[in-house]
Formats: sequence, structure tokens, C-alpha cells
Amino acid sequence: MAMLTTTLTVALVGNPNTGKSTLFNALSGLRQRVGNYPGVTVEMKKGQFTSDGLTFELVDLPGTYSLAARSPDEMVAVDLLLGRRPEEPRPDVIVSIVDATNLDRHLYLTSQLLDLGVPVVVAVNMIDAAAAQGLTINYEKLSGALGVPVVPIQANNGTGLPQLIRTIRQTAENGKIPQPLEFPVAFNEIIAHITKELSDQVPPVLVRRLLLDVGGYVEHEFVAEHGKRLQQLLTKAREQLAAANCPVPAIEARTRFAWVRNAVAAAVTKPAQRPITWTDRLDAVLTHRLWGTVAFLAVMFVMFQSIFLWAQPLMDQIDAAREWLAQGVEDAMPPGPLRALLVDGVIGGIGSVLVFLPQILILFAFIAILEDCGYMARAAFLMDRIMSRCGLSGKSFIPLLSSVACAIPGIMATRVIENRRDRLATILVAPLMSCSARLPVYVLLIGAFIAKPGSPAWLPGLVLFAMYLIGFTVAPLVALALKRTLLRGAPPVFVMELPSYRRPKLTAILRRMFEAGKAFVIRAGTIILAAMIIVWALLYFPYTDANGESYPERIAQAEEAASANADRLKELHAIEQPTPEQQAELAQLEETASLADKLNGAWKRQSLLGRLGLWMEPVFEPLGWDWKIGVAAMASFPAREVIVGTFGLLYDVGDVDPGLVLDGSDEEGQAKVVSLTRAVQDEWAKDPIRGRYGVPVALSIMVFFALCCQCGATLAVIQRETRSWLWPAFTFVYMTTLAYLGAMLTFQIGRLMVG
Amino acid sequence: MPTLADLVCGQHAEVLAISGPPAFVQRIYELGLLEGERLELIAVAPLGDPIEIRLGNSRLSLRRSEAAHIDVRIIHAP
Repeated sequence: MAMLTTTLTVALVGNPNTGKSTLFNALSGLRQRVGNYPGVTVEMKKGQFTSDGLTFELVDLPGTYSLAARSPDEMVAVDLLLGRRPEEPRPDVIVSIVDATNLDRHLYLTSQLLDLGVPVVVAVNMIDAAAAQGLTINYEKLSGALGVPVVPIQANNGTGLPQLIRTIRQTAENGKIPQPLEFPVAFNEIIAHITKELSDQVPPVLVRRLLLDVGGYVEHEFVAEHGKRLQQLLTKAREQLAAANCPVPAIEARTRFAWVRNAVAAAVTKPAQRPITWTDRLDAVLTHRLWGTVAFLAVMFVMFQSIFLWAQPLMDQIDAAREWLAQGVEDAMPPGPLRALLVDGVIGGIGSVLVFLPQILILFAFIAILEDCGYMARAAFLMDRIMSRCGLSGKSFIPLLSSVACAIPGIMATRVIENRRDRLATILVAPLMSCSARLPVYVLLIGAFIAKPGSPAWLPGLVLFAMYLIGFTVAPLVALALKRTLLRGAPPVFVMELPSYRRPKLTAILRRMFEAGKAFVIRAGTIILAAMIIVWALLYFPYTDANGESYPERIAQAEEAASANADRLKELHAIEQPTPEQQAELAQLEETASLADKLNGAWKRQSLLGRLGLWMEPVFEPLGWDWKIGVAAMASFPAREVIVGTFGLLYDVGDVDPGLVLDGSDEEGQAKVVSLTRAVQDEWAKDPIRGRYGVPVALSIMVFFALCCQCGATLAVIQRETRSWLWPAFTFVYMTTLAYLGAMLTFQIGRLMVG
Repeated sequence: MPTLADLVCGQHAEVLAISGPPAFVQRIYELGLLEGERLELIAVAPLGDPIEIRLGNSRLSLRRSEAAHIDVRIIHAP
């Protein structure tokens, strides 16, 4: 056929868990890229390889049981196979990959592929598992029965791949279009009638799908185009078919499975007694009511423990590297806006992107292992009932649970959810789960206002628990509300295949980790970086005071003076009974030492963001906040924990690293945290509202941070995963509204209780 | 008539009829669950729902509400 070109386009199609991705990776190696399609969330992987001077362009279509498309996402695959996507060439050959141990079911999809008018090659995968089960397959007979070439392969060790490549090439060269299955006469007559009614050129396979898929995507598309008349025609046609004992959709299943059964009967010899497989033995434990639950809890515990245990040291190292780099740039460059942009905007921004990587990589290693070995579906099975209470399914459990560590990998993990509305609902509530970035905020405020001498020892723990509980209760409620309103629709089909257990492959796991990390850093990273730079600029400009003097310069001078006096200050501190002169000198030196922090505070207060905060103070008032708290909350837009550092700046104690709040081992850092705590307490004590209602105000801030979406990275990842700016905007607005109302309620109730 | 939702663990049955929303029926068919097929209930999730069935060499998980759409004949001696 199209043999003038030296490129062959090959589409890989198969059921989920057939080893399709393994075959794709084995054929294309590292030369892969991801294809995106406007309006849909599916990605298709494309790879390339050369054999005997011929270039093969491979497209890996998402795993599917059938060509009966019910959503735009599923339709992309059908359109691509029919050459209806303008950006993609029509495939020259379709490789239908099937599981040797389950030909009875997998060949159903193969039979649909024969309708497409494109040459088909069947690759029978996992031949060793079939042999282990005592199945003997005669591939020549199978090929004869199916009417297309059949190649036995073992994708995970490369067996049969050269033969497969040769067969693809030969099939493309002779260009033999397979014979579609014969349907009953009554069915064919009605198809002919509809084809005539449609009048324009429609591929025959789409006419079939139009008639067979009741309420399917093709029906929606065609009825929208041809009007109500087509709908009436279809309804009547289906009634006629039912009367002729060809009911839709049963007629398709009957016809195709009868054909499949004949082919399998001709080519496959099964043992008389079905042997007990490893999957049988494992499922007897892992989906057992009691043991299955115990095993599930153990798996989740190990997963969580690993994320916290292994990610934290790596995150600390990334932080240390960021500080080292920032210090290096600070030493090498003269002070000024450019240096500040590099240090606080760019290096700080890149650091805050990279710091998420350890969690993403570790979680994705687990997800890859759980999915590849077949356990993920069991986890969904075990958790389905609980999740059904909030309108979701078991598949949402692991993404939501992961969000307790961090919403970003959690949102990325929602790709396992095929149903679009369920996936969206899960993405939208994932940021409500109390992630680890909220912890510094909680610990700081609990330390300052709740854990006071005299208050009961259990109180801080209880408040912290309550903060986590907010996420755990609000997230399911919001999910339920979303599923009943915005994301309402016909209930999805929850029937799910529980694949056979398989040994996961290390290279496949590493590949998944690499892809997740890359996707996050490149796509989300750029957006996070931009958000960081904007907030930095809002806090940096203007950098001169009313007299036109530069704040950064004055701060640098003040710091120099302070460090020059540092030794003398230490000496004076060491004197037990200082003379009045020494006391005066001490006071003066201490003032010099704190001058830089005070200047920094003054600078931030008159920055653009500071002024905006002052102007917006009436908005914060119902929450019990002053403008400083408001500014700190707004400045934490790129990441929640930034509020700790901003508090430090605004309360004149200098920048405070949020990591120090949780790290008790660093003495100098602890001193800084204590001084921030004291500064906040002192300042609030002077204020009539916050002096009297310190605890309600602290709680109001905590509740705000429990519910808000002050996390640029999360919003960026939502944008990436939904391919739309609408959903991150929606998430930000609804969560900020919830946070505002929650904080207001907390403060107002607290105020009444304090009296 | 018993439905798939009435089976207990270890019971075998033959599918007699499938009803319900078109999308559900079609998906069930695509997974090879047709009238006349034989299946076995192999597990029930901790809270009693969903259920796991074996059908030839495939295993499927269905919610009870979905299983109730599938009429079966229980086979006592498979």
C-alpha cells in the first residue's frame, strides 16, 4: 500500500493489563514522547524504532475492553484508528495484543478491530503463563480462524518480538484488509437503511457503533449533528432489532463471542480441570474479609512510613542545597533587585518545586509496584464501600490517602480512575486532605497560643487532631456535594477487572517514577516558579522608603554593623552584674542587632503586598485578623508554609525557615522560632481584639489554612491533569471561600465563648 | 429468581438474564459475562460490598446493586 514512504505507523490496542505498555516499552526503548489531544485528558504515548531501514512509529492507545466509546476520552482512540484526528496519520497496521491465558475474552476487542478497515496483527502475549496453566495454543490454526496473522510473544523478556516486527512489516506491505464479522441479516438491513439516511460518507464501523452503543458517544455526536430525527430513527431501528431477536447491545456480544469461541475451540487445548493458579491462592488471602483488610492496612502503613521516612531526609538535602546555592549567589553578587530576584525568586522557587520530588517519586514507585503486580485493583475492591458513601469508588482511596502526605502526588495518582467525573471530584477534594505542608503552621500557632503553661497537656494534641479531622470530614462532604451538583451524571459502571497477579518489573517502575517526576518538574514547575516570582516581586517593590533610601542597602549596612558588634555583645551578655554604663551599651548594641529585622519589617509593610493587606484589612476583620496576618496569608499563596517566614518578616524577627518549627534539634533555629512566637504574642497582647481573643484568632488562622488552597503547586498540577484553567480556578475559589467562612465561624464562636 | 447478589462465597451459578442501564449491560457483555456463562463467587469485600466473581480466567468486582441486575441459576454440584 503506502510503501513509498519509509515510515510505518503502528497502533497498539488491547485490554487493560495485557502487557501492552511492556510491549510498547520493549519495542520503542527510550525514544518516547507523549501526545496530548485538545479537549480530552487522555495521553497517548508515541515511540519510534528502526528495523531494516524502516522506521516504525508506534502509538500506544489507552487500554480498553471495547471500541464502544462512552466519553470523549474513549472516542479519541477510535478516531485515531479511523484516521479522523487531523494531527495523526491513520495507522498502517493495528497490533491487537491479547492475553494468552484469557483469549476467550480478549479476542472480543480483536473482532471489533477487524471492522476498522486497517490491516491487523494479533500478538498473543504471556505465552509462558499459558504454558504454566497447561494451555496449548496452535497459532497457525488460530490465525486461520481469525483471518489475520498471529504471533506468540513474551513482551517482558523480548521473546517473539523480531517475528512480530517482521509480521507487522509483511502485513503492511501486502495491505490485506481483514474481513469484518458477519452479523445477522436483520441487523445488516437496518445498518444499510441508516447508512442511506445519513447520506454523507460515514465509515461503516461508526454506523455500527451508532446503532449498537445505546447512549454512547457516537450517538451523541451524530444526533447533535443530524437532529432529533436520527434519534427517532435509532429508537425505531432498535425496536425492530429486538423484535427480530437481535436486541441491542446483546446482539454484538452474542455474535462476536460465538466467533471467538469457535476460534478458541479450533486452536486452544485446555486441561480438563482448571489448575489452581497463584492468583487463586493470593486472592484467597488478599480479598478475604479479615486477612485482606489486615494485609491492606499493612501495605498502606509501609507506604506511608516510606514516604515520611525516605522523603524527609531527601527534602532536607534539597533545602540545604538551595540554601547553599542562595548563599553562593549572595556572596558573589552585589546587593540589588537582580540578586534578590535570583536568590528569593528563582532559587527559592526552583527549590520549592524540587522539594516535592522525593514524595512524588516514592509514592509513584509504590503506585507502579501496586499497579503492576495487580494489587491496586484489590485495594479499590476493599475500599469501594467506604468511598461509595461520598459518591466515589474504591479507586479514589489511594489518591486521597496519598494527599495526606501531599496533594500533588495524590492528584497525579488519580489517573487510575477511568471515570471522568469521579476523577475530577477526587482531584478537586484532594487538596482538602491535611497535607504535611500545613504542619509547620499548626505547630507554630499551637505552640504560641494553645500549649501555654497551665493549659492541659492533652490540649495541643487534640487541636492538631481536630485540624486533621477537618480535612477528613470536609473532603467527603465536598465530594458528595460535587457529585450531586456540578459533576452529576448517570452512575458510572463500577464493574472492574481484578487482573492476575504478576511480578512487577524494575525498569517499568523506574520508568513510571521518571515520567511522574518529569511531568511535575517541567509542566507544574514553570507555573510554580512564576507564582513564586510574582509574590516575591509584590513583597520586594517598592524597595525605597519615603526619603528615597533603599531598604536592602540599609539592611545590609545594619547587618554589617550588627556582625561587627557581635563579639562585644556576647562579652556584655556574659557579665553577670553589669555597670550602668555597660547596661546602656548593651541596650544600644541590642538595638543595632535588631535594626536589620526592624527595617525588613518596615520594608515589607510598605511593599505592594503590604499596602494591599492594609487596604484589605476590613475583609480580614470578621476572621479576627489584622492586616499582618492577612498579608502573611496572601504571601503564602505559592506554598502554605511560607506564612511562617512572612510572619517572621512582618513581626520584625527576620526570615524564619518553616522547617525549623518542626526540627527540635537545631538550637539556633529553635531560638528563632521562640523569638517569633514571643513577638507574635507580644504584638497581639497590645491589641484589644487579638490580646483578648488570642486563642480564637489562632484557631481561626489554623482553620483557614486547613481549608484553603494556598499552594501554587497543587493548582498547577490540577491544571496539568485536567488540561484546563477552569478547574484550578474553581478549586482555589471554593476552597478559599470555605476557608474564609470556616475561619470566620471559628473566630466568632470562639469570641462568644471567651465572652 | 436469585440474582448474582444472592450468592454466597464459593457458590457457582449460571447467568440467565442481564438487565439494567445500557452502559452497564454493554460493559458486562464486553467483559464476557453473557447469558449461559458459568461463574463462581470467590470473595466479598470487608463491608459486604462489592463482590468478586471468577468467570473463566477473569476475575471481576461488582457492586451488589449491579449484581442484582444479573439473574442466575445456582448450580449446587458444579
